Amino acid sequence: MTQVVFYFQIHQPWRLRRYTFFDIGKHDDYFDDAENERILRRVVEKCYRPMTLLLEELIEQHAGAFRCAFSISGCALQQLERWSPETLEIFQRLAKTGCVEFLAETSHHSLAALIDEDEFRAQVRAQHDHIERLFGQSPTTFRNTELITSNQIARLAEDMGYQAILAEGADHILDWRSPHLVYRPEGCEKIRVLLRSYRLSDDIAFRFSNRAWASWPLSAATFAQWLGELPTSDEFVGLFMDYETFGEHQWEDTGIFDFMRHLPGEVLKNPRFGFATPAEIAAKVDPVSRLDIPHPFSWADAERDLTAWLDNAMQRASHRSVHGLAEAVRATGDPETVETWRRMTTSDHFYYMCVKFFSDGDVHKYFSPYATPHDAYITLMNVLGDLRRRLGVPREGLLVP
Amino acid sequence: MRVLMLGWEFPPHISGGLGTACQGICEGLAAAEVEVLFVVPKAFGDESAPRTRVVGANQVQWMPQSPRDAALGVQRVRLRLDESAASPMPQAAASGPRMDVPKPVRDSFVESVWVDSPLRPYATPSGFWSERAGRSSGWDGLPGGSAPPLPPERDTPGWLRWAQALAAEAQTQETPQDWVQDQFAGGYGGDLFDEVARYARVVAHLAAQESFDLVHGHDWMTAPAAIAAAKAADCPLVMHAHALERDRSGQAGDVRVQELERLGLTTADLVVCVSHYTANIVHHDYGVPRDRLRVVHNAVTQKEQQREWHTDRTVKDPIVLFLGRVTMQKGPEYFLEAAARVVPLRPDVTFVFSGSGDMLPRMIEYSARLGLAEHVHFTGFLRGKDVERIYSSADVYVMPSVSEPFGIAPLEAMALDVPVILSSQSGVSEVVTHALKVDFWDTRELANKILAMLEYEPLRRDLVESGRDEVRRMRWELRGTHLRQVYEELVS
Repeated sequence: MTQVVFYFQIHQPWRLRRYTFFDIGKHDDYFDDAENERILRRVVEKCYRPMTLLLEELIEQHAGAFRCAFSISGCALQQLERWSPETLEIFQRLAKTGCVEFLAETSHHSLAALIDEDEFRAQVRAQHDHIERLFGQSPTTFRNTELITSNQIARLAEDMGYQAILAEGADHILDWRSPHLVYRPEGCEKIRVLLRSYRLSDDIAFRFSNRAWASWPLSAATFAQWLGELPTSDEFVGLFMDYETFGEHQWEDTGIFDFMRHLPGEVLKNPRFGFATPAEIAAKVDPVSRLDIPHPFSWADAERDLTAWLDNAMQRASHRSVHGLAEAVRATGDPETVETWRRMTTSDHFYYMCVKFFSDGDVHKYFSPYATPHDAYITLMNVLGDLRRRLGVPREGLLVP
Repeated sequence: MRVLMLGWEFPPHISGGLGTACQGICEGLAAAEVEVLFVVPKAFGDESAPRTRVVGANQVQWMPQSPRDAALGVQRVRLRLDESAASPMPQAAASGPRMDVPKPVRDSFVESVWVDSPLRPYATPSGFWSERAGRSSGWDGLPGGSAPPLPPERDTPGWLRWAQALAAEAQTQETPQDWVQDQFAGGYGGDLFDEVARYARVVAHLAAQESFDLVHGHDWMTAPAAIAAAKAADCPLVMHAHALERDRSGQAGDVRVQELERLGLTTADLVVCVSHYTANIVHHDYGVPRDRLRVVHNAVTQKEQQREWHTDRTVKDPIVLFLGRVTMQKGPEYFLEAAARVVPLRPDVTFVFSGSGDMLPRMIEYSARLGLAEHVHFTGFLRGKDVERIYSSADVYVMPSVSEPFGIAPLEAMALDVPVILSSQSGVSEVVTHALKVDFWDTRELANKILAMLEYEPLRRDLVESGRDEVRRMRWELRGTHLRQVYEELVS
């Protein structure tokens, strides 16, 4: 049997409002509530609601044979709770079917794993509790922000009790090996790493509506046929993607919803295939070998590295500056201050500062509320300047990025 | 005395110090009883100064010469004020709903004037024919391929023959002409050179409609227009050197800009420079003889300015301010490098970096790379009240210019009781005594002076108090009188 493993990522950052030098010391309303609400409601209408209702229908229709997983960042959960509780209820109904797994991640979609282990653990615990509270599940699978994974991060997840961690099936990590088998990260004892099958995932997430693509238009039957051509030794196929693929990145008129409506039926026609969640794979399949991931890598851009978030001096300096406040923030013991600060750890703020404008930059630009990466940096540093003053934290000289 | 003045910007629509200086000059001239018609490429309708009328080249309509007009040497020009404003004028909103129907042409200098002058901005035969070739629609009716014999000079019999030839053609080919109204973007972006050329054409049309005693052009952008206008209006030409290409770009200047600069400065009857620093460059780089150079320093618009925003100040730590265009000329990187020397000793200091320009993205990245992420805040380009606000929040103003013909910003800072540190490579350092001065490249010394200014209250107090008095004496009225004297050298 080869299992198809769908995992959908949902995240919305708390975008900052236009915050100038003149606001420092005067205003502590850092976030653009109106814009955040507008975007959330738009994505709910175009994607979250119709797609989740469709998945509910598919689960019912296939009587448990169709299964999938979600990771919903804490920020996105907060926004759904605040502005679209009725959508959250659909996810809660999915959780009760037993066919949908909710994964653990950092509560604020942060890069804390790379800079502050204590904060990383605190955010993962907060998210774990949040998932338990909303969905009645205790997650056993962990996915780090943007699938950023390394031996070290896997060890951290293992130490926190997770059975599996998700990662990109990048060629430079796998070399000749298959992304469709289970591995164990170097230096770990128990945890399994499940990889994203990037070609098949991107056929849906990126190429689906591309009219210049030889396989356009892609039908569910064709996709199922491609799966059927995979070696029978393959244990699973990780189709990991942003949930916004459905209705937001690929608009409804591309036929993406119809594609998903028919895909489970087409896949299940072949008795060799079934659907499973990451936790089910981790429980059933043993690792075939170790996988060495000495340096953190991600699922983003062509390079699969961290340069989308932490590359140029602005990104590295502002990220260090955010995390430089960690101790003072925790020392306040004030949940509101902690929450405000954590919203600044969200990776999106650093993504907006990316200057790789030529190949991947256009994607970055599409997602950015700022006209330029420099505006993103200026705004975050102004907000941090205000927060630092409120915390009474003195600056300590040069901040080498 | 009536002066046709040509400039590229006018407050409140400015991107640099040029517009501010031009407004001051107009105020000064008004006090000296000089009447000014000031032409910018694009007027918004809210520019104002006493005794000065500000119009935009975008408001001027002119009619391509019909063969008949051309033969007669007639150019039709009119001003349409109603189509001028890119943004609605404030009173329009108050007086009722905005109309979408075109309003009638409002009164102007003249509705339609016949002038006995074959007027062209580049009043050379080759310029005429190249313009004609590039604008076939505007010159309809003239034979395309074979040009009539060129008129060598306007007062020779050649002109007559030429006019007769055209008049003969006109009898067979009379076509109605439409008014042409050029679009101007204003500012310095996009098709700047194209805009410079079109501005020259419109200004030349305008210049011939009324009588002026003198044409006064500011900087290279207006050089072709000023030359054409002086020729059309048949009066002396004064060019005013505020900033030279060498100041802006060092040795790697734009050759086209340098050539226009050369054209203006060498053609002018007199060149007014904003400082001896600039006069020296004009003399050495363009060979303008010293007896044609005059120095008239800039001044400060005198307002009863208090540090009204001081109480409003939200950042308690000391603030060191850079404010100016973020370009090579202004030496922004020396400000950051000095900051990086100050911060290890005084981590409580905040550096504010105001302004925009082509080097801004690089400077933002550089500040992060220098380790100044938490110490430097960027405000972008500031206008109006925000400028005063940022000046009056500052404890020290630094102008580290690499090459500054004048530099009016430090005077504004001093007027608002902010002590200043100036680059010695600036014109303003010629007229200011109560400021600290430093070579722009010496960031160690700049840091030293910033620290001294923050540490030694008596030093600050002296610079603030004496500096305030010094600036009060730099009135545009005095500069206006001085400038009128320069004019009178040319106009009897």
